[in-house]
Amino acid sequence: MDDIERSRRRFLKEGLALASLPLVVTLSAYGQTEQPAASEKTPDEILKAYGGRSRFVTSERIEVIPGMGEMKHDPFGLTNHLTTPLQDSVGIITPNSLHFVAGHAGFFVPDIDPEKHRLMVHGMVDRPLLFTMDEVKRFPSESRIHYIECNSNFAKPGHKTVQDAAGRTSCAEWTGVPLSLLLKKAGVQKGASWVIAEGAEDNRGTYSIPLAKAMDDCLVAYGQNGEPVRPQNGFPLRLLVPGLEGVNSVKWLRRLTVTNEFYMTYNNMGRYTSVDPNIVQANYVQGPKSVITFPSGGQKLPGPGHYEITGLAWSGGGAIRKVEISTDGGQTWKDAEIRSAVHRIAHTRFGMPWDWGGKEHVLMSRCTDEQGQVQPSVAEFNKLWKPESRGEAHPNFIMPWKLGSDGAVENGLS
Amino acid sequence: MGSRNLLLLVIVLAVGPAVPAQSHSDSLGRTPSPEEVRAWDITISNEGKGLPAGRGTADEGEKIYGVKCAACHGASGRGGLAPPVVIDKDPHTTALRPRRVMVTRAPFSSVLWDYINRAMPMLTGPGTLKPDEVYSLTAFLLYKNDVINENDVIDAQTLPKVKMPNRGGYVPPVINGWKPLMPYTVAPKSTAEKK
Repeated sequence: MDDIERSRRRFLKEGLALASLPLVVTLSAYGQTEQPAASEKTPDEILKAYGGRSRFVTSERIEVIPGMGEMKHDPFGLTNHLTTPLQDSVGIITPNSLHFVAGHAGFFVPDIDPEKHRLMVHGMVDRPLLFTMDEVKRFPSESRIHYIECNSNFAKPGHKTVQDAAGRTSCAEWTGVPLSLLLKKAGVQKGASWVIAEGAEDNRGTYSIPLAKAMDDCLVAYGQNGEPVRPQNGFPLRLLVPGLEGVNSVKWLRRLTVTNEFYMTYNNMGRYTSVDPNIVQANYVQGPKSVITFPSGGQKLPGPGHYEITGLAWSGGGAIRKVEISTDGGQTWKDAEIRSAVHRIAHTRFGMPWDWGGKEHVLMSRCTDEQGQVQPSVAEFNKLWKPESRGEAHPNFIMPWKLGSDGAVENGLS
Repeated sequence: MGSRNLLLLVIVLAVGPAVPAQSHSDSLGRTPSPEEVRAWDITISNEGKGLPAGRGTADEGEKIYGVKCAACHGASGRGGLAPPVVIDKDPHTTALRPRRVMVTRAPFSSVLWDYINRAMPMLTGPGTLKPDEVYSLTAFLLYKNDVINENDVIDAQTLPKVKMPNRGGYVPPVINGWKPLMPYTVAPKSTAEKK
């Protein structure tokens, strides 16, 4: 019985009885995985062995299904998406415990033994290859800081916090082998144009990636912020396709097929079955996007005084060159300061000191990337995409936050 | 030894050690056997390349559906705990349904076959269906969504010829136009300058 099978059976045994009664589905998304034996260690010993955080810090991910309102997980109790609490973020790195998680639907987290995991490279190559994890790690490694954003990261008027509105993006230092190195070792044949990446999870999630991108800056990653990639984010091996929609970055990577044609997979389907021809090109590279994380929805300024407006900016098109902030709903803009190292295709922290006098304001940020691309307003975004296509566009429009005279901050979208 | 040969020898000696014929990483990874590749390679192209031998009809599919699928997707196929697989012909809901039902969304029949084959039945064992079962279930869903006739046989030859309802909704990816760092073509560039 393989590991996926084991967690599936456990889930079936413990969960399906509940799940078959829709009104009493309370099964936790974690109920499906093997629970480790209760720790014998004291809280102090746990802190020494694998550091925890202060009991006064309570920031957590939230389980959601994009576009399904209050529905948190699928009817089987399986996780669909987990969002990052951007409102509590500092700097640009998302802690591994808080990195967003996305699945094609509710999914089982595969419980993969890295000793048994293999990566196959085949198709239009001179030398098909099969690697163990140990062998993958013996190639020269590369570490880079990149964001990943799910294209479902679409801010809606009903979203209360920045976690709801934009929490399906995270940024980490990823360590692995350049995909181009593995492909070159296998010897890509003339005429090849696509790489199909396949995961080892229950539905063997698959995505077609242009070969030109695969040979450019993709990583086959086993490290995430200095430790192994977390199970929900693809342990032991995942693909990282910087700047393209998150669904490209196939998790639990087990197979790479080189082909000379685009293969439409289930996961590709949403991208290419649009009625808007713009979608096809634009969806390859995510546009410039930024969001204010403080003050943001659900937070409250205690009273007039000095504050730092801060947030995150990123672009699939490269490095962030400029971020501007408006405190009057976009009528006037001031340059924000960059408060972090600027990495290409990575979250970039910005900030601006601000004295709040106690009046109502609409706060916005807008960024420009190294190619001179500027983040669009809601009106500009809506002009670019037909209503039926918006769900498939990269939702990078400017996010407004309404600051009331009482200091309370609300979603400013209408 | 002529001076030309001597020069060649000097070049070979000078360059040889610095450029080994094989790089250090060549010992990493092994060549999978053709059987291993076949066992792993379940990928099906849009035109049906990779489809295995086997066949099925809607009638056979209906029986398998009842045993392996109906518990989650509903006896009628209109959804249960799992999403619908048969379009709801109720005029009040039709506008929304085609996006959710694979037969009416997928522009290629291969996507339907491939997803049933690799991912279903999700709870009790994805990847366990035999080719005949996948062909039969594919035939059943195509029939129930009014794409093929009840007695049509679906196999590696007939499946790629099935014209899917959303075939026209597919926009081929512009691979020749894609290159690394292609600008986000539709983002307005003028907003900042207008200020």
